[in-house]
Amino acid sequence: MIPFDFDYFNPETVQEAYHLYHSLTEAGREPVYFSGGTEIITLGRIHQLYTDAVIDLKGIPECRTAQLDDEHLYLGAALPLTAVEEARLFPLLMKNVKEIADHTAREKVTLGGNICGNIFYREAVLPFLLSDSSFVIAGKDGLKVQSIHDVFEEHIQLAPGEFLVQTITEKNFLTAPHVNIKRKRQWDTGYPVVTVAAAIVGRRLRIGISGLCPFPFRSYEVEAALNEPALSPEQKAELAISHMPAPILNDSEASAEYRLFVLKNTLTDILVAFEGMGRR
Amino acid sequence: MTIVSVTLMINGEERTTEIRYADILLTVLREKFGLTGSKPGCLNGDCGACTVHVNGKPMKSCLMLAIEAVGEDITTIEGLKGTPIQQAFIQHFAFQCGYCTPGFIMNCQALIQAYPDAGDKVIKEWLESNICRCTSYEEIEAAVKSVLRSEA
Amino acid sequence: MEIIGKSVIRREALDKVRGRAVYTSDDTSSSVLHAKIVTSTFAHANIIAVDVEKASAVPGVLAVITGEQLPLTGEEIRDRRPLAADKVRYYGEAVALLVADNPHTAAKAAALVHVEYEPLPVVHSPTDAIRKDAPLIHENVDEYEREEGADPITFTNINNYTKIRKGNIEAGWRESEVTVEASVSIPPSDHAAMETRAATAEIMENGEIHITSSSQAPFMIKRLLSTYFDIDVGKIIVNTPFVGGGYGGKASVQQEILAYLAAKAVDGRKVKLEYSREQDLTTAPCHVGLDATIKLGSTKEGCLKAAEIVYLFDSGAYSDKAVHLSRAGAVDCTGPYDIEHIWCDSYSVYTNHPYPAPYRGFAHSEVLFAFERAMNMLAEKLEIDPLEFRLKNAILPGHTTPTQVVLNRSTVGDLPECLRRLKKMIHWDGGKPTRINERTVRVKGISCAWKNSTIPPDSISGAILTFNEDGSINLISGVVEIGTATKTVLAQILAEKLQMDVGNIHVKMTVDTQTTPEHWKTVASRGTLMAGRAVLAAADDAIVQLKNAAACVLRVSKDDLVVANSRVFVREEPERGLDFKEIAYGYQYPNGNAVGGQIIGRGTYIQRNMTHLDKETGAGRPGPEWAVSAQCIEIELDQRDFTYKVVRAVCVLDAGRVLNEKAAWGQVTGAMSMGLAFAGRETFVFDEKGRMMNPQLRTYRPMHYKENPRYLVDFVETPHLEAPYGARGVGEQGLLGVPAALANALSVAAGTALNRLPLTPETIWRAKAKEEASNR
Repeated sequence: MIPFDFDYFNPETVQEAYHLYHSLTEAGREPVYFSGGTEIITLGRIHQLYTDAVIDLKGIPECRTAQLDDEHLYLGAALPLTAVEEARLFPLLMKNVKEIADHTAREKVTLGGNICGNIFYREAVLPFLLSDSSFVIAGKDGLKVQSIHDVFEEHIQLAPGEFLVQTITEKNFLTAPHVNIKRKRQWDTGYPVVTVAAAIVGRRLRIGISGLCPFPFRSYEVEAALNEPALSPEQKAELAISHMPAPILNDSEASAEYRLFVLKNTLTDILVAFEGMGRR
Repeated sequence: MTIVSVTLMINGEERTTEIRYADILLTVLREKFGLTGSKPGCLNGDCGACTVHVNGKPMKSCLMLAIEAVGEDITTIEGLKGTPIQQAFIQHFAFQCGYCTPGFIMNCQALIQAYPDAGDKVIKEWLESNICRCTSYEEIEAAVKSVLRSEA
Repeated sequence: MEIIGKSVIRREALDKVRGRAVYTSDDTSSSVLHAKIVTSTFAHANIIAVDVEKASAVPGVLAVITGEQLPLTGEEIRDRRPLAADKVRYYGEAVALLVADNPHTAAKAAALVHVEYEPLPVVHSPTDAIRKDAPLIHENVDEYEREEGADPITFTNINNYTKIRKGNIEAGWRESEVTVEASVSIPPSDHAAMETRAATAEIMENGEIHITSSSQAPFMIKRLLSTYFDIDVGKIIVNTPFVGGGYGGKASVQQEILAYLAAKAVDGRKVKLEYSREQDLTTAPCHVGLDATIKLGSTKEGCLKAAEIVYLFDSGAYSDKAVHLSRAGAVDCTGPYDIEHIWCDSYSVYTNHPYPAPYRGFAHSEVLFAFERAMNMLAEKLEIDPLEFRLKNAILPGHTTPTQVVLNRSTVGDLPECLRRLKKMIHWDGGKPTRINERTVRVKGISCAWKNSTIPPDSISGAILTFNEDGSINLISGVVEIGTATKTVLAQILAEKLQMDVGNIHVKMTVDTQTTPEHWKTVASRGTLMAGRAVLAAADDAIVQLKNAAACVLRVSKDDLVVANSRVFVREEPERGLDFKEIAYGYQYPNGNAVGGQIIGRGTYIQRNMTHLDKETGAGRPGPEWAVSAQCIEIELDQRDFTYKVVRAVCVLDAGRVLNEKAAWGQVTGAMSMGLAFAGRETFVFDEKGRMMNPQLRTYRPMHYKENPRYLVDFVETPHLEAPYGARGVGEQGLLGVPAALANALSVAAGTALNRLPLTPETIWRAKAKEEASNR
């Protein structure tokens, strides 16, 4: 039950959406883009988000693609997470999103909504960070393709009115050896204490982490530590821990110290698993 | 405040009412149409008590605006009558207080339709979406499996 | 005819699977106005000002209410204004109340109420609250009006103090050769019923007040509203439709008071107040926390001699049910063992937490967590098998309880049989760890439990049976159908008694306090005993009427008549008789003459020979019977990560007599599951300012489907002679021993004493780290 009122628009093209946003802003309104809308609905209810105009992106065909060509995978930002799972095109992403919320909620939560959301876990971005994917952004000059590393730093970095339309991932990456481990406070339900996504690309381990800090990240210092050839898995994990960004979360899911304990064990397990694979 | 008139397809009937754009589907089902079988439990997408079907798929009606449901095919617990899963819930004692039951049944029914031969892994993945605090999970498992088996 | 024990389908089943079962908030008629509460953002603060101007100005807002003029409320001590004035004492406390013509306007306006606070130091635990320099949460608890029996200590945070003195504790220590001391801590948590609290209120022109509430205690609402607001008790009519889960949490009276105030502020128009999930977790009464110290002593052979106990129950900001909880904790302050010398001080202590409601087990699972941890620690020290240790000391007929009641087989059941069966079922291995792999061990932890229901000595229950002209019977009882299937069980009791088809008994599912006889509260596993006895009495009453009518018509002595199969007939000649339908509405002779009238059976039950507790020793008879059980939780712990999974949960309980097998099984496993979630995960998390950090179901997480372990349940049947067909309560037992059994298993697996809940991997990791640090 949302205590405030808003208008609702459902544009059919990228241009229409972008122009709507600008004309509404110029008219002194506070528009937001809406795809699954789960955060807008739930945070709005408890006065943690306000808008007076909602622009629903679900009706824009580009935002609903799930398409694989000879070189790339294109996924629309307004695809529900269950659609990403059922498409079975990106194994790491599939495993990753299966850990988000719950199955029914994932019928509504979208890929773009998770990546661009206010709730800071944004776990679905990890596979894209690891794969050096590109984002298709709608802006004033129409669509542009940008490296994820240029537009995602802790959270999506967009100019007012810009929005995420699609992700583009190189096909080669889709078959990279990978794991996605989400560790929870207790048993199988809830937000992560930490989520780690990892993949081997060109014999180097890539790591993305969510739930440790109030943002998801991929850190080259951390990866350098984990790829240090002379060290044992435990030593690598230990070294990687010393390169984690700040601040480490300390909240109702876990204390900061415990998060690092869990992370270290998780990293060690991943290293051991990949070493095993390498030996085979 | 913008009030709009909308027509929704609910349980096979066209129903017209006035809504705010900010109204969630759950509120409209309950307050406008008296379809109170869908229950509020958290209004946050966490408990599943408000689960309905949208085009046959399970949907937490607290996570959907009513305006988003225009043109979609909505089924609520009131639209489900005499299904094997409802009978199985009764036979297996799969509820106590009954508050989560409509949402659970809607989710189970969607599962049965989507994966008539679902195994443990898929059942677990789907049914984690609802909370039963009286905790009839064992009985719910027996109920859903009895239907899956007989339809498989 | 054998109806007792059969898994009769619950009578409301079809409505529940079709979405037709009606709960309080399902009243969606457009004439209903909507109330919303504004809650405190501080755990402890002076209220400097409440500015309602902006909120009042919102179109559609009909009233804004604040607390200054409201009376003090509280079940045993009147220490709480329904809306805080002067001071807030917990995060989430109701400060103002609005009424608007729709819910979103009410919510919008609620956000515009501005409260200015001056923060005060926050008391985070009962242990902190009893320190000499602790801030006083209530300046002088002694000044509040209170019921006899509540025993606060002036100028402290203690709002109740109960003493148990059995035997001679000094002698106990002299006889003890081996001793242990355990300190345990349980933070407050919640019931988290799927239906949040809701109530509607309407005041009629004749002064009648109509309340509908998601409550386990409609008759208490009536009584308390009458007391608090000085209203004739008969003018208050409380309705309870189906209740979407209670577990004790809906036995407190809170939202009903606010709904009444809201209706009063809008000229009596019908107002609905629905708590959001966040309010249900923060504002509404919670599950009590406990800090405890247990000292146990025994002989070298493991014969228990002395128990010295201090319980500090976390009363939170107000006393309400905490007074009673701390008393119940004292009554069964030990586990179910024969101990000659017992000394217990049980306190209810104010903190800046939410205040507690009853919670399934009513202080027993908390007390047993403390006591049964100490039992395992002592067994370990004695190097005795913890199951054999319990068996050796198990409470038996002839023994006395902490309140010095001498037990018999009917009042205590058969704990040794529970333990013996458990031992067999779980293939007991002494509780030693079994290594699964390099990192993982599997361990079985056990615990015993007992419970007496310490309800007021004069608690009553009544039942009415009205016959329909087709010979079927309407069963009317004040028990609220909260999910326990008690109303179906009552129909079984009646069908068994009258030897008739249970299908011909119609059960009135809702309660309205004007036409339904009182059942004290639907709590404490008292439904079957008290309402069951009332139904049996009503059946006896109806039988007399049936026989009288039939004796007259058949011209036989009523002593020669028998009732069965919806007929009254001559014992020797079963074909000579009358169907119920021929006499249910009076008998009509062929010439038109009629005699008799509608058969209406009535029955009541009041507790027999209960007493108050002696102030100095605690001696007294608190409740009719104890139910006992033995439980096992088997876990697999990863010794590196301290993550674990519950492999199975086992409960052997003395049910007296199982009345509806599947319903009983569901009650027991449901309770075990709640206990596991409570022990393993559920807790409120407060920040340093006392603000609750997890007031949603995505952060406060009950057990979900895939986390549910396998359950095994077995019923011992030692009849409780006073109860219908010998039945003992089954709704709470399953939970009672679970936290202790889980902690006992994990303590062995982790190799360190785990005496704090919840038992998350982080808790275990912390305990291990602490132990390693102290070993260095």
